[in-house]
Amino acid sequence: MTIFDSLSVAWTALRANLLRSILTTLGIIIGVASVIVLVSVGSGARSEVEKQIASLGSNMLVIFSGSSRVMGRAAGAGTDLPLSEQDLAAVRDKVPGVVAISGQLNGSGPIVYGNTNWTTTLSGVHADFASVRDWQIVAGRDFTLQDVRASAKVAVIGQTVVKQLFQGEDPIGATIRVKNTPFQVVGVLGIKGPSSFGRDQDDLVLMPMTTARGQIIGKSQVQTDQVGQVYIKFDPTTDLKDAQEDIEALMRQRRKTQAGEEENFSVRNLAEFMKARTEVLSTMTYLLAATSIISLIVGGIGIMNIMLVSVTERTREIGLRMAVGARHGDILRQFLVEAVTLCMVGGVIGTLLGIASATLIASAAQWPVLISPSVIGLALGAAAATGIIFGFFPARRAASFNPIDALRSE
Amino acid sequence: MESATAPIFSASPQISSATAVTSNATASGNTLISARNISKTYQMGDQTVRALDGVTLDIADGDFVAIMGASGSGKSTMMNLIGALDTPTSGSLTIAGRDIAKMTTDELAALRNQTIGFVFQQFNLLARTSALRQVMLPLLYANPRPDDLEDQARRRLDQVGLGSRLDHHPRQLSGGQQQRVAIARALVNNPKILLADEPTGALDTRTSEDIMRLFTELNSQGITVIIVTHEADIAAYARRRILFRDGKITDDTSADQRAHHLDHEVER
Repeated sequence: MTIFDSLSVAWTALRANLLRSILTTLGIIIGVASVIVLVSVGSGARSEVEKQIASLGSNMLVIFSGSSRVMGRAAGAGTDLPLSEQDLAAVRDKVPGVVAISGQLNGSGPIVYGNTNWTTTLSGVHADFASVRDWQIVAGRDFTLQDVRASAKVAVIGQTVVKQLFQGEDPIGATIRVKNTPFQVVGVLGIKGPSSFGRDQDDLVLMPMTTARGQIIGKSQVQTDQVGQVYIKFDPTTDLKDAQEDIEALMRQRRKTQAGEEENFSVRNLAEFMKARTEVLSTMTYLLAATSIISLIVGGIGIMNIMLVSVTERTREIGLRMAVGARHGDILRQFLVEAVTLCMVGGVIGTLLGIASATLIASAAQWPVLISPSVIGLALGAAAATGIIFGFFPARRAASFNPIDALRSE
Repeated sequence: MESATAPIFSASPQISSATAVTSNATASGNTLISARNISKTYQMGDQTVRALDGVTLDIADGDFVAIMGASGSGKSTMMNLIGALDTPTSGSLTIAGRDIAKMTTDELAALRNQTIGFVFQQFNLLARTSALRQVMLPLLYANPRPDDLEDQARRRLDQVGLGSRLDHHPRQLSGGQQQRVAIARALVNNPKILLADEPTGALDTRTSEDIMRLFTELNSQGITVIIVTHEADIAAYARRRILFRDGKITDDTSADQRAHHLDHEVER
């Protein structure tokens, strides 16, 4: 008997009990679908997080000023005593390994070009900002030290602003009005994409720190030369843990923080922070993998159960097949093929369901989903393996029948 | 009964000569099945049941044999052994020159596939399967597997008069037609032996006669037909009748011997 003969017999047998066959494969369907969803969403999420880590800039630490308390409520990072130009200079001069350093003082406001307007993030930065953040200047030029020193009214704008304001026009050299102050656009930033929190990082206008602080974002009452948060880029050989400790010690000293007292600033390694998120993700992946394995096992037991029922129901048929010359191996293979066919039908339905769910999740959560052919292969392979493992016992039972008793059974 | 047998004997002129051969076939060495002192015992709890008790029997190639007996007489056990579905506990049983006691289960399966065709009381057709596919079944298990199995199956269905019902499922066929499909299936591998277990047990008298005529015709073409039955009028189609009781053969007569008896009685 060829494998095609076995398949044709299997197909006839499964079609004879269509509803039963489909109900039996539910466990396999769910197992395979969850394998597809978890791997697709998981790998999509992982690639997204990796992209975000890369977009942060490498070998970088960030200093935020601490959270101030207003009526007992923490108001968030950066609301306490702001970081100053002196803080920035001290870090640059005293912490070893600093390659570039820049503050980023954020505000927001309307910008106008011609008769188009747009509200965006306004950031005052130092001349090194683009290199600290590994951010390309794709057109025009970066700020110069001269721009910063002279409080020049020049701007480097993000891609979203280019799109919203210029609609195909060349922005370099154009004059835009930021909070009614005219600025000349000197450069355009490359695409950075959304941040890990979904904020559009390309929707911003950069200007020299001194310009922003003097006229656009406003002065702090307590710190007249505030610089917002400070980004520091280190050379690749620097251990960021050591650098972080150095900065903390320096800042505690500068702010006269008592031993044991809580700091009113924080130093963070954003890349580490995001790696922690990938670890949460992989924990979830393991949990889901366990779920789908359990589902496949439960599904496999269902398959075994229904195959045992089928073997019992078809005892006479087995006896007849033996009488006309089927060998034990023929019967064994027949029922194994049936179990695997059952599982593969479940596997195909589960794959379609899994792809549909993954796509749905992707569009609902705005999360990229990668459905790779290897995942589909893995899922179908798991289904086939389930069929072989759980179909073996019923098949061996069928093959061990005595033809006389089998023929005589009711 | 007389009316049932008469046309068959007259319809096949070669029968009379075949009958003459059959009566001394056992002695001439043209033996297809040879049982020497075979016994079969079953263990039922702590009781040993002796289903066959030292049976010695030769069946000639081309014979038409009826095995008779009440239930429990050992006739079914004998049929299982002749059909290579089982092996004897002791003694030797040779089918088509092969000692079945020395064969593996796979070799027995091959022997059943190539040498023996089975016909059962309940037809044992596969549900939801067309007549053509039913008949193809033994060919699927044949080694080597023939290339023209569909043609062979179609020819056999033609032979039993069902050439126009190839696509019919068992549910769409009458009892007699179902048994014809089963006979076509038994014939498809060109077996030497056609082994029928109460083949008319589930059929009415008319259909039974049709089926028995078919067996007679097949026998006239050279196939050895062995029928297990408890009905005397079915057994009457056979040339040789073997009666079992308590696991032993108690009577073994061939048709011309019976004819002699009749002649003697008429003379008296």
